[in-house]
Amino acid sequence: MTRFLIRRIAQAILVLWVSSVAVFLLFFVGPGPSQVARTFAGRLATPQRIAQIKHDLHLDQPLYLQYWHWIWSALHGDLGFSYYHGQSVDTVLAQAAPVTISLVLGAAVIWISYGVITGIISAVWSRSLMDRSLTAAALFFYSMPTFVLGLALIWILAYKLSPVTTFFPFHGYVAITKNPGQWFEYLILPWLTLALVTSATYTRLTRGSMLDTMGEDYIRTARSKGMPERRVIVQHGLRASLTPVVTQAGLDIGTALGGAIITEQLFGLPGLGWTSVQAITNQDLPVIMGIVMLAATFVVVANLIVDVLYAVLDPRVRY
Amino acid sequence: MSMVPEVGTTDTVAVAATTVTEVPVGRKIEGRSPWRLAYERLRADRAAKIAFGTIILIVLLAVFAPLFASAVGHGPNQQFIDIGENANGGPVPPSGTFWFGTDSNGRDLFIRVLYGAQISLVVGVLATGISVALGVLFGLTAGYLGGIVDSIIARMIDVMLSIPFLLLAISIAYISHPSEWLVILIVGVLSFTYLARIVRGQVISLKAKEYVEAARALGAGPWRIMFIDLLPNVMAQVIVYASLLIPLAIVSEASLSFLSVGVPPPTADWGAMIADSSSYFQYGYWWYLFFPALALLITTLAFNIFGDSVRDAFDPRGGGLFV
Repeated sequence: MTRFLIRRIAQAILVLWVSSVAVFLLFFVGPGPSQVARTFAGRLATPQRIAQIKHDLHLDQPLYLQYWHWIWSALHGDLGFSYYHGQSVDTVLAQAAPVTISLVLGAAVIWISYGVITGIISAVWSRSLMDRSLTAAALFFYSMPTFVLGLALIWILAYKLSPVTTFFPFHGYVAITKNPGQWFEYLILPWLTLALVTSATYTRLTRGSMLDTMGEDYIRTARSKGMPERRVIVQHGLRASLTPVVTQAGLDIGTALGGAIITEQLFGLPGLGWTSVQAITNQDLPVIMGIVMLAATFVVVANLIVDVLYAVLDPRVRY
Repeated sequence: MSMVPEVGTTDTVAVAATTVTEVPVGRKIEGRSPWRLAYERLRADRAAKIAFGTIILIVLLAVFAPLFASAVGHGPNQQFIDIGENANGGPVPPSGTFWFGTDSNGRDLFIRVLYGAQISLVVGVLATGISVALGVLFGLTAGYLGGIVDSIIARMIDVMLSIPFLLLAISIAYISHPSEWLVILIVGVLSFTYLARIVRGQVISLKAKEYVEAARALGAGPWRIMFIDLLPNVMAQVIVYASLLIPLAIVSEASLSFLSVGVPPPTADWGAMIADSSSYFQYGYWWYLFFPALALLITTLAFNIFGDSVRDAFDPRGGGLFV
């Protein structure tokens, strides 16, 4: 296990390093330093001004030197200075991250509980009308692009039903530390949007895994011992069925923490996804690098946790 | 193995199984290949038929969009400033002239939704083609050659998966010149990873089989073994996954357009139309959002239902991506 962990951590670091090189090259070879400086300088800037900016942002140095500066400070916890915010990238990220974390964790609670509960219902009463409707609903939401669902929710809940439902603000964000009630109100629609499109996978995953488990010999043994069906389902069936759900949840949460770009854009949530789109439009390179590295870290760490959890949950897994 | 075989199968497959096994009296009993079995199961699947019919209809509407345009007399990018806009310059509601109403530029939304189907289908199919080609190539090489090649491909996939798909896609789209081909390339290249992993897994278990050993004993080189001996045996998996990849590619394309880094205007595109409508639909211009969104939803739903049925047909036991 220790050897496995060391190998996985080494791989994770390698992946993060390659990602940083890839994104760095993508932006420096792509628009090129002159273009970045020109965007920063504005449309009416003189060539001298552009050259000055290029020098100030260290964009005139050789590429390897720029990368070296970046990674050296990054390893010391300093991700550089945003071209536009007048703040360090660390500050920008520290402001955006809580928004995304609120969004993703809240939505994850909804999508996991909804997905697992509907999955169990579908599996226990498999082929019933209930199962069919839940499976159809899952397919429906799975096929629904996030922005279509989000706009539909805004349209129906915030506009069409506006005299009835005055409590669905749909643009902006209030920090939980400022006003927990408003934090909740502003996040209901984003949570619902993100949760509904994601939950479909969980309904079907739980249903499938539950059906497989309920066909196992030990379930038959439990039943023939005279154990009440309720206990058979919850204690024996559900527990074993949840391993793939845990895996999927880990990976999904890890990916979403890197920025739920569409949901954040749609509801004006200034999280990591929203900030990254702004940074890409402004060619704010340090911020892009910071967000990509943070997102990649979330994914890599989530993968690591899932691998370890897998070994803990399922004693048959050996490394 | 489960003791209760019925549990893992879905209704449609159960129905399919009974119809397939009913051989009429007097008919010759013959062996059927897995492909034929899958095809017969698919034909007996009612949901698959409806979904396939819908897909055909969408394809026809897309192909004949210019015919509709000339029949109605409205071009996809033609602005009707006089009759296509209301007194405030806003869109006009659905009517006999404009079946789906008009957009904020006074263009016929019905014709634009039809033209939008072209982009969605072309991007969906071509991007999936790229993903499949790359996925098969990398999966086969990683699985068959193993060792250092496998490690390099595995880490490369890890890197691609560690950067959020949309973040990478927007970055590439933003620094390049936007075009339809760029969108196809981005969506196609960025989504081969999952297929590559599936193919790799399959190949690792297949390469220990006797027929591969026999091929090697006969002097077949690695490329011949990979593409002549192994590829046909992973094809079923590839087709299943490809059919589920098309709707994903369509959604990715629409998402890029929604974030205004997709196919550049004035090309009619569902994602872009929905993005345009998002500052209008609240003020009563519901049709502007409704029709493009409905078209997109019907398309992805049809492809997903069909892809699901294809998967059931090849693997009636269930499991895999979906049940």
